[in-house]
Amino acid sequence: MLTDNNKIFHRKKILTVFLICAGVFVLLFVRLLYLCVWQADYYAARATQLHERERSIKAARGRILDRNGKVLADNKTVCTVSVIHNQIEDPEEVIRILAKELDLTEEYVKKRVEKYSSMERVKSNVEKSIGDRIREYDMAGVKVDEDYKRYYPYGSLASKVLGFTGGDNQGIIGLEVVYDEVLGGEAGMILTVTDAKGIEVEAAGERRIEPVPGHDLVTSIDMNIQTYATQLATQAMAAKEADSVSILVMHPGSGEILAMVNVPEFDLNEPFRLPEGTPETLTEAEKQNLLNGIWRNGCINDTYEPGSTFKIITAAAGLEAGVVTPASSFSCPGFITVDDRRIHCHKRAGHGAQDFIHATMNSCNPVFITVGLRLGVDSYYSYFEQFGLKKKTGIDLPGEAGTIMHKKENMGNVELATVAFGQSFQITPIQLITTVSSIINGGRRITPHFGVRILDGEGNVEEELEYPVTEGIVSGETSQTLRGILEKVVSEGSGKNGAVEGFHIGGKTATSQTLPRGSGRYIASFIGFAPAEDPQVIVLAIVNNPKGIYYGGQVAAPIVRQLFENILPYLGIKEYNGHE
Amino acid sequence: MIHIATQNVARRRKRKEQSEYFFDYSLLFIVLFLLGFGLVMIYSASSYEAFEEFKDTAYYLKKQLVAIVIGLGLMIFVANVPYHFWERFAMLGYVVSAAMVPLVLTPLGVESHGARRWIRIPGVGLNLQPAEVAKLCMILFLATMVCKMGKGVRTMKGFLIMMAVPLPIVGEVYLITKNLSSAIIIMGISVLMVFVASPDYKKFVIIGITGLTAVAVLVFVIVSASMSGEGAGHWRSARIVAWLDPESAAQGKGFQTLQALYAIGSGGVWGKGLGQSMQKLSFLPEAQNDMIFSIICEELGLFGAIAIIIMFVMLLWRMMVIANNATDLFGAMLVVGVMGHIAIQAILNIAVVTNSIPNTGISLPFISYGGSSVMFLLIEIGLVLSVAKRIQLKEL
Repeated sequence: MLTDNNKIFHRKKILTVFLICAGVFVLLFVRLLYLCVWQADYYAARATQLHERERSIKAARGRILDRNGKVLADNKTVCTVSVIHNQIEDPEEVIRILAKELDLTEEYVKKRVEKYSSMERVKSNVEKSIGDRIREYDMAGVKVDEDYKRYYPYGSLASKVLGFTGGDNQGIIGLEVVYDEVLGGEAGMILTVTDAKGIEVEAAGERRIEPVPGHDLVTSIDMNIQTYATQLATQAMAAKEADSVSILVMHPGSGEILAMVNVPEFDLNEPFRLPEGTPETLTEAEKQNLLNGIWRNGCINDTYEPGSTFKIITAAAGLEAGVVTPASSFSCPGFITVDDRRIHCHKRAGHGAQDFIHATMNSCNPVFITVGLRLGVDSYYSYFEQFGLKKKTGIDLPGEAGTIMHKKENMGNVELATVAFGQSFQITPIQLITTVSSIINGGRRITPHFGVRILDGEGNVEEELEYPVTEGIVSGETSQTLRGILEKVVSEGSGKNGAVEGFHIGGKTATSQTLPRGSGRYIASFIGFAPAEDPQVIVLAIVNNPKGIYYGGQVAAPIVRQLFENILPYLGIKEYNGHE
Repeated sequence: MIHIATQNVARRRKRKEQSEYFFDYSLLFIVLFLLGFGLVMIYSASSYEAFEEFKDTAYYLKKQLVAIVIGLGLMIFVANVPYHFWERFAMLGYVVSAAMVPLVLTPLGVESHGARRWIRIPGVGLNLQPAEVAKLCMILFLATMVCKMGKGVRTMKGFLIMMAVPLPIVGEVYLITKNLSSAIIIMGISVLMVFVASPDYKKFVIIGITGLTAVAVLVFVIVSASMSGEGAGHWRSARIVAWLDPESAAQGKGFQTLQALYAIGSGGVWGKGLGQSMQKLSFLPEAQNDMIFSIICEELGLFGAIAIIIMFVMLLWRMMVIANNATDLFGAMLVVGVMGHIAIQAILNIAVVTNSIPNTGISLPFISYGGSSVMFLLIEIGLVLSVAKRIQLKEL
């Protein structure tokens, strides 16, 4: 029996023990309250992440349209075939059937099937008919999900411009890369609740996050012009046994590119197919190199010595600086001595006495060297920069090559002389056409581009794309004078093969020898614009390494003429009054 | 106590001749409730894994049910034996538990969950944790000692003797079975019993403060050591680091804790509903065992958890009432020991699950899966009921 005295202190102690315990329980309750209320969202989200297995649903990629609304890049439904390790009941069967239907090796499929993961992709971009067939086998652990694949209705047309997409619908080259974010949309997700072993908990159902389709891109490409230019380029390449032919068609006032042809093109629907006759023994790296060569866009990724077409720029600088006027008179003995170097004219006998207009019509090298020397290195170099030649054009295609030019401090008179008639430095074709456009359009340096506007899914305009313009790189007067001179080049001078009856065409030919000199390889080119007094369209044709006759006036100018004969009426450019 | 008295007024009128003694139905009800609730939760938490492993969703439920039935039988038996009967076995119990712990190292020992803490009783096929026996025997031994020493307890010498008594067993449990949590529980029970037996407060406050400081210093040392990259290899220090930042140790020692926190957090205030736990689907190890409280939180939410906490507080309160009214000191000390055992274990378990203290394996009394644990707890409840039975209603 507890004595009363004992009882009191024992009772107090027992009560203390109880109260301490109860107090600790209250603290634990507070801790729980914190976890269950304040931290609940955080931990619940983490737990959901742990429990859910996600399968992504591809978003439909936005289409690429030409300026008239023709679809250049579209989507078609394809399937993705995946396996779920834990659910496969008959691995042998699955491996055999998938290898057969998907045209894969059994080892490859076996590796996928035996991989312990919640879901393993065997092959994507499978034709819908094959996907449906696999679905009909109804094999446990095999999933066929539908998604979209890029489809290019015109095959190889404008292939190096449009580009193509990879297995995850991401852009790989061309406009598909530059506008990837616009076109891509947001992938959706199917979230399935699974246990720790990855087995679906059926009662928990699925959660879907719907994909957001990409936006459509309207480009400045005119499919008719692109098609016709491609035909001409293909014919020229065949006729001249050339390595490649590029044709650029642009609106000189805005920089909108109507066509960009680089034959040989490749099939956008099978971009990874190697050309016939490729040896089977190539390594992966060699294959990739070969493909990169095939995908290369010569108008943008490659530089060349522009040759005589660059005399337009020298003329513009000379006229702008006032060191030369159309009436300035020159004498060409067939060569010119710069410092102690003698530089020949292409006409060894010399052009004799001529004014600046005739010198341009004759494409006389000594005259343009004289103009360059009159300007001097400093002045010439600053015009080179003022015209925007040192910077990239900013075209909305990836991988634009920069200009390869002498450093100013390394430039002497000899270098200046060669630059003045378009040699000893390199620019891209897009740089040349952009600079010439900017000089003949009244002096507005434009940004060449394809992207015009972005449309939402219903075809409403989401965004009009705008590009930077630099005003006043040459005066309006210089621009006008030069247009007049260049019209003479076509109507009476070296560019007469570019003339189109009924239209005033301005232009300039070029024949540049590729490096190393004496290799016998030439690049024949012609740049022409119409109408000469108010240019609406400018075309640059470049024939790379033609066999036989290689002069720009004879090889490239006729291509531009044929193109103009067809597209000028198509573009609604009226014949001048004298012929109406 | 007052309301129990009024409760019993009516009863007394009815069965005047029947019993002059008290039977604590509230205590029994709470225990039965916890057991029943535990069975439901064990089934909910374990059925998925039980089916995966044994193709029987009720595998764990059945085993636990058997243990509970045996345990209830033992409880009824103990409750009906006058508790002084056990006094004579106090010394024997101490010796037996001291002798049993090293048995885990003999071929009788059974290894499970990577630790050798069980012995198989030959012929019965039942696994027994010597630590459970030790807990019960320690309560009995200390209660007997307090009575034997009488006023001697109040001297410094008495205090030191009392504190020294559990140390050999605690040392054995910690060193031989590597079972820190059981060692802590046995020591905790002993300290609580000595605390109640001795009228002094000062010593215990000092012990408490010293203990807390030691723990704080230890944690500090381990954390700074692991920061500098030393000593991080030791598994107990790894647990401390995992405790402070479970997410950084998510692949190691923090894994179970983090999974428990996910469960608690995703339950929120109202829970996902009984049976709706996701974490029990093999994500959370030991879901039906040490971690069952987090499944309760996930399925029944904060309110389910509060209900359990309240049940434990009520259980402790009933035992306090019994201890305070026990007819003698021996009975009171027995009840205090049991009370301490249940309180410490429940508190530590909930603290581990909520990551309030570093992770260590402690089961939740009456609810967690575990046969020997529940049987010994029921024997202890039997003792408490036996003490309660001796309380004359007049005393109340």
